[in-house]
Amino acid sequence: MSVFVWIEQFKGEPVSLSWEVLGKARELADARGTQAAAIVLGQEVENIAQQAISYGADTVYLAGDATLTDFRGDPYAAVIKALVEEHQPSIMLWGGTSRGRELAAAVGADMEVGVAADCLDLQLDDESNLVATRPIYAGNILTDVVFRGKPQIATVRSRVFPMPEPDPARTGEVVAVSAVLSEDDIPVKVVGLEKATEGEMSVADANIIVSGGRGVKGPEGFEPIRELATVLGAAVGASRAAVDAGWIPYPHQVGQTGKTVQPDLYVACGISGAIQHLAGMRTAKVIVAINKDPEAPIFQVADFGIVEDLFKTVPALTEALKERLG
Amino acid sequence: MNAIVCVKQVPDTAELPKVEPADVAEGRSKVTRVVNPWDEYAIEEALLLKEAHGGKVTALSLGPPEAAEALKIAVAMGSDEAILLSDSAFGDGDALTIGYALAQAIGQIGEYDLILCGKESVDGNSGLTTSTTARYLGIPQLTYVVKIREVDFDRRTITVERLVEEGLEVATAPLPAMVSVIKGINEPRYPSFRGIRKAARMEIPVWGIGDIAGLDAEKASEAGAAVRWTNIHKPPGRAAECEIIDADSVAEQASILADRLLAAKVI
Ligand SMILES: Cc1cc2nc3c(=O)[nH]c(=O)nc-3n(C[C@H](O)[C@H](O)[C@H](O)COP(=O)(O)OP(=O)(O)OC[C@H]3O[C@@H](n4cnc5c(N)ncnc54)[C@H](O)[C@@H]3O)c2cc1C
Ligand SMILES: Nc1ncnc2c1ncn2[C@@H]1O[C@H](COP(=O)(O)O)[C@@H](O)[C@H]1O
Repeated sequence: MSVFVWIEQFKGEPVSLSWEVLGKARELADARGTQAAAIVLGQEVENIAQQAISYGADTVYLAGDATLTDFRGDPYAAVIKALVEEHQPSIMLWGGTSRGRELAAAVGADMEVGVAADCLDLQLDDESNLVATRPIYAGNILTDVVFRGKPQIATVRSRVFPMPEPDPARTGEVVAVSAVLSEDDIPVKVVGLEKATEGEMSVADANIIVSGGRGVKGPEGFEPIRELATVLGAAVGASRAAVDAGWIPYPHQVGQTGKTVQPDLYVACGISGAIQHLAGMRTAKVIVAINKDPEAPIFQVADFGIVEDLFKTVPALTEALKERLG
Repeated sequence: MNAIVCVKQVPDTAELPKVEPADVAEGRSKVTRVVNPWDEYAIEEALLLKEAHGGKVTALSLGPPEAAEALKIAVAMGSDEAILLSDSAFGDGDALTIGYALAQAIGQIGEYDLILCGKESVDGNSGLTTSTTARYLGIPQLTYVVKIREVDFDRRTITVERLVEEGLEVATAPLPAMVSVIKGINEPRYPSFRGIRKAARMEIPVWGIGDIAGLDAEKASEAGAAVRWTNIHKPPGRAAECEIIDADSVAEQASILADRLLAAKVI
């Protein structure tokens, strides 16, 4: 009856969203009076198993195998399916990353159970069933998803649950499990990783995002945006207009066809605030708009606005923040 | 090269804010409906492959009778054939039932090398449907594809670039495979005049639940759904009015804003 969490890793590094989800799983398991278990798949990932215990797992199912080094839907889903059949968890949760979404879909389809994708809240009903709140219609509507059958699977968006404090003194059991598929049974091969986005903060998990739109006028227009982002320790975002113009690559795009983000602070510079852009950022805690057009729709969702040329305001804001943040 | 493209008809993104929870709950639609934007990339990619390798592109959709309009756009862009799965017996399905029905229909369409689809739909937002279809068909899936590097019909493999959080992953899979595409893979073409004429004249075949051989009606209909949506509601609006920060100089405006942000404890 326990709650299982898959702990995502990339090249042996755990993805921090996994801990946010494990923290929530711990809470749900306590509410149900059951156990929270973590699933760690990869190669040489024993240290992640220990971390999972410190973040709240009672048990860690650890499969270390060469076939599990890189994420692939088939071998990962096969191990998880075997674990589900053996231990019958009621609820399974993990991060709604590109891998997490694919894995949830595969496990859900193989077991013919329901999946709620990209959830913003998770609760239990009177019978301890999962009720998962998720955005639909690009965040214009929210719905509660209720499940028939078990396990009840949900993936979770970044930053909706707080990062738990790890407790190195916590104890738990690590159970070694085997891979289910051999390399010959796995159709997809990962050839390599190119253009690693290393060093650049991803907009998906940033606390603060400074974004530029068509108003920055060119690739060099992102320089003042980057300087502001550096002072704030922020990620750089962009509107589709800026991405389509080739001023900044697609992974920075925020909105309907880009990333959906939920930072504490979103600073929109030279962005008009089209519906499709708002779909990606309107749940930010605080929104700042810098735009020279007072009629720009972005001001309708912003908490603070400055109606000015961004090339004057952004550097001035960078200076003002440098003075205050040191 | 035979490609099948999964196309969903969805509300126009510009009109999404006009969608009311009651409309969603009752399955009616008052807004303009278009081809799901990611599915346009999938159609374009299929057409590019056909131009390079020859063959046939079939667009497939499950939806109400009006969804034929989305298929007509796929035809007007250059798809050779289209099939609409439409039957009130499908009812209010979920990714599991729709993914299953699409898989069964694809089985009936016959030979294919690739199934192309979008990363997600703008209304369902889950990306689950086609993964489910791939699992039912027992074929590999390559998700978040930004580039098809090569389709090798002799070796029967496909090599793609996938956009994952850490960068571009290069992956291969044997054919037939399911590929879900994201923005950036191509620039969808506009329907041509000839295409529009062809689409207007085309009678799009409609398959009901009984027209798909071997389909288990329960698994394809509401009765087979594993999730249900309840408490469909609008998200809470943004409460505060925008405070426009005005001052004598830009430096002063910036100082005031910086102080406001510190006070709001977001920096
Ligand atoms: C299917 C679909 C999906 C889409 N998905 C997305 C998406 O994911 N993300 C997205 O962002 N858009 C998306 N769009 C596009 C969206 O509709 C808008 O076209 C886009 O967001 C506009 O970008 P922008 O605000 O940068 O440009 P504009 O709308 O051109 O706005 C530029 C703004 O900059 C201001 N400005 C100009 N110069 C200055 C200056 N010197 N100082 C200060 N302000 C200045 C102007 O007043 C204006 O308000 C999508 C559209 C469609 C149809
Ligand atoms: N009813 C449908 N008919 C055809 N294709 C669909 C349908 N629903 C979803 N798809 C495909 O599945 C993708 C993901 O949709 P979704 O799972 O709804 O987010 C879409 O981009 C389409 O390619």
